[in-house]
Amino acid sequence: MPDSNSPEARSKDGLDLSGLSARPQFGAASALTTIPGLLLATAVWSVAAIVSGLFLWIIADIVVQGLPSLSWTFLTESPRNAGREGGIAPIIVSTLLVLGVAIVAAVPLGVGTAVLLAEVTQTENWFARLVRRSLDVLAGVPSIVFGLFGNAFFCITLGLGFSILSGGLTLACMVLPILIRATEEGIRAVPREYRSGAAALGISRTMTLWRLVLPAAVPGIVVGLVLGIGRALAETAALIFTSGYVDRMPGSLFDSGRVLSVHIFDLSMNVAGGDQQAYGAALILILMLLVINIIVSYVGQRYLRHTASTS
Amino acid sequence: MNAEKSEVPDEPEAGATLGPVEAGPPCCVPQPWIDVQDLAVYYGSKQVLAGVSLTIHRGCVTALIGPSGCGKTTFLSSLNRLTDLIPGCRVAGRITIGSLDVRATKDVTSLRRNVGMIFQKPNPFPLSIRKNIEMPLKEHGVRSRQERTAIVETVLREVGLWEEVKDRLDASALSLSGGQQQRLCIARAIALRPEVLLLDEPCSALDPIASRVVEELLTSFRGRYTIVVVTHNLQQARRIADYAAFFWAAGGAGSLIEHGSGQRIFDAPEQPLTIAYVNGKAG
Amino acid sequence: MFPSRRDFLLTWGLRGCGVLTASVVLMILGFLLRESLPTISRVGIDRFLGDATWHPSSGAEGGQFNLVPMIVATLLTTAGAVLVAAPVGIAAAIFSHYYAPRWLGVVFAKIIELLAGIPSVVYGLWGLTVLVPLIAQWQPPGPSLLAAVIVLSMMIVPTIGLFASAAFQSLPIEHLHAAAALGLSRPRFILSVALPASRSGLFTAIILGTGRAIGETMAVLMVAGNVVQTPDSLFQPVRTITANIALEMAYAMGDHRGALFVCGLLLMGMVIVLVAAADRLGRGGARA
Repeated sequence: MPDSNSPEARSKDGLDLSGLSARPQFGAASALTTIPGLLLATAVWSVAAIVSGLFLWIIADIVVQGLPSLSWTFLTESPRNAGREGGIAPIIVSTLLVLGVAIVAAVPLGVGTAVLLAEVTQTENWFARLVRRSLDVLAGVPSIVFGLFGNAFFCITLGLGFSILSGGLTLACMVLPILIRATEEGIRAVPREYRSGAAALGISRTMTLWRLVLPAAVPGIVVGLVLGIGRALAETAALIFTSGYVDRMPGSLFDSGRVLSVHIFDLSMNVAGGDQQAYGAALILILMLLVINIIVSYVGQRYLRHTASTS
Repeated sequence: MNAEKSEVPDEPEAGATLGPVEAGPPCCVPQPWIDVQDLAVYYGSKQVLAGVSLTIHRGCVTALIGPSGCGKTTFLSSLNRLTDLIPGCRVAGRITIGSLDVRATKDVTSLRRNVGMIFQKPNPFPLSIRKNIEMPLKEHGVRSRQERTAIVETVLREVGLWEEVKDRLDASALSLSGGQQQRLCIARAIALRPEVLLLDEPCSALDPIASRVVEELLTSFRGRYTIVVVTHNLQQARRIADYAAFFWAAGGAGSLIEHGSGQRIFDAPEQPLTIAYVNGKAG
Repeated sequence: MFPSRRDFLLTWGLRGCGVLTASVVLMILGFLLRESLPTISRVGIDRFLGDATWHPSSGAEGGQFNLVPMIVATLLTTAGAVLVAAPVGIAAAIFSHYYAPRWLGVVFAKIIELLAGIPSVVYGLWGLTVLVPLIAQWQPPGPSLLAAVIVLSMMIVPTIGLFASAAFQSLPIEHLHAAAALGLSRPRFILSVALPASRSGLFTAIILGTGRAIGETMAVLMVAGNVVQTPDSLFQPVRTITANIALEMAYAMGDHRGALFVCGLLLMGMVIVLVAAADRLGRGGARA
């Protein structure tokens, strides 16, 4: 009879795993006594140093160059003089509007498809495989091709022209694979016992889904959503030809609007002397992404702890 | 030298950098070889093994029996310092193999060459059968390719795998059956010419026939290797053990309740816990 | 099969979602074809490979449609970036998984994650204001193939590193125990067990990185110089297919626009080949 105090976690070869972190430990046999060993260690540590150094260089550059531009006026005024002066308020508004459209369009479709893949169809089903395969390809489509598609379909065929709507809908297509993948994982992580329990009680599938499974899968949905937003914020190429270039405050979803990443692009490439403001906008963008990263980490951690305690 | 000679030579090929296999006397002449004194192991602040003292005799099969969770695997892992891999693990006490102080030695690589370990679930590397054996040989200094090839054939014959795999040495080791994989792991370990073999429930993941094959292999090793085997299978332990040690965990840490010759532990145990376990009434 | 009418509606509703999602890719392909086929038929495929240069705005008759310099530029920038980023990314994953002390491994993994999230315009901005002037000091003009390769490799190192790390993570820990019990050292374990065992995961990582490099537009556009030519040296400016589309889409009309959609089709073709390769590798790996 196993002692209830003794650690039960064992690796498959029987070695007691209690206290073992997920990272491998090498103990005393890792001494650098050979030439290949020394070379490998040097190479690996140098790479780590260089990569970290580059990261710090870029971040420091953005912060140092962009900080002087940050001010309340920067966030609330409109751009003047082709963006060399003034602020980025309309840009921020356009960005948020485009994001909003993307979310509203992507979430129902994405969650529905994720539920389909996770719940209703067995994985060997041809339909599920088709959907998954198409999502894999979709995830690999370059953003400029999304720009071409969005331009041809939303702007021209559907007649929306250069507008926030066109941009948002194009982004929704880009964000779908990320959202679906994370949501599906969130749904799969919901313990099977919930569903068998509900079925045994005669509760309909719909109710089980709506009241039990989806609420439990919300952290996965949130992670997918936030990851998708992160990707969407970074998008430029897809939006230049769908949501447009106009840097005025948009009056409606049908107006053209310039998003943050496009603004950075324009200021640095097309506007002489626009670098300063470009850096300011880049800093804002980085900060927004940082916040998103923190949210994802936080939700991810809480979610993991939650499932660990219920399993 | 062991009188029961198989056709497998004891002395490895000339020029090999691994030492000769010095067999101990057959088990009617007990020779203490591994001496464990007051071994205690802690995971962080939790004690998992409490003050175990045990002497293991050379060339004999010593079985560690007892229910799960009472420190037998931990005991085994201490003998080849695999406990070094567990962060926060603290080992106290003294372990000597021959004249080597296991805990104090700086040359862990040599220790692990000399003390081989077989795990519960066979874990061949995802490489070819040949590479599984040759790679550790190369690492431990066997430079000549002919030598390595010769050793591969030698050890595969020793474990009885040669006829089964000689035509597909370059196939993936993972394509072998469970029993074959476990014998490959044994071959891999003995290729390094260890003096001691530690086996942690080597048959528990195998079907009965494969299990029997491995068991017979272990019996054939008697005299050539010092064998310490953890097993749950009392029948098996009865069959193969020259010596037995009974572990039990009461309230947290595992400890050694009783040990002695196999005959005595299985037929005439003294401690009440041992009596109960051996007769199937506890654990 | 359907305990209630509600479930019937639900199942078909969900299937509708699946159909819509699957159709997005088909629509993209469809529109690409729709916009490019007329131009292809009017201009002819051989002209896309054999014309004197790239100058499509003069229409199907008088215009020039040679895509080859841009295809070469795309291939060179991608190959260069992958050649640099693959060993670096894998080394970074080895570091965070096998060499770094636990706390440092966590920090470093976080750095990689953050690097992966930096938008391409920001990489482009940094490249434009910091890297290009540096290169110009060494060898004018500055915006060049070299700049594109450097920036691209910086962008795909995190991609490769993250997936390589996942590959190492999924290695069963029993291999480490076996290696330790045999007295194998850390470099020996990494080189002879960990790397071969995670081969398929590492290849997937590289393929995904390649896909990202091929499709990258903004950063390359900002630092590569955008001259349509087949480069003789690393320091010459080049224009990739992606940059080409981004630059000319704003004012392209008629067959010029059609030609840009042909570029898009070309990109999709490359991506589909890569996805198929990754898929086959993934399944092959799972079987091992």
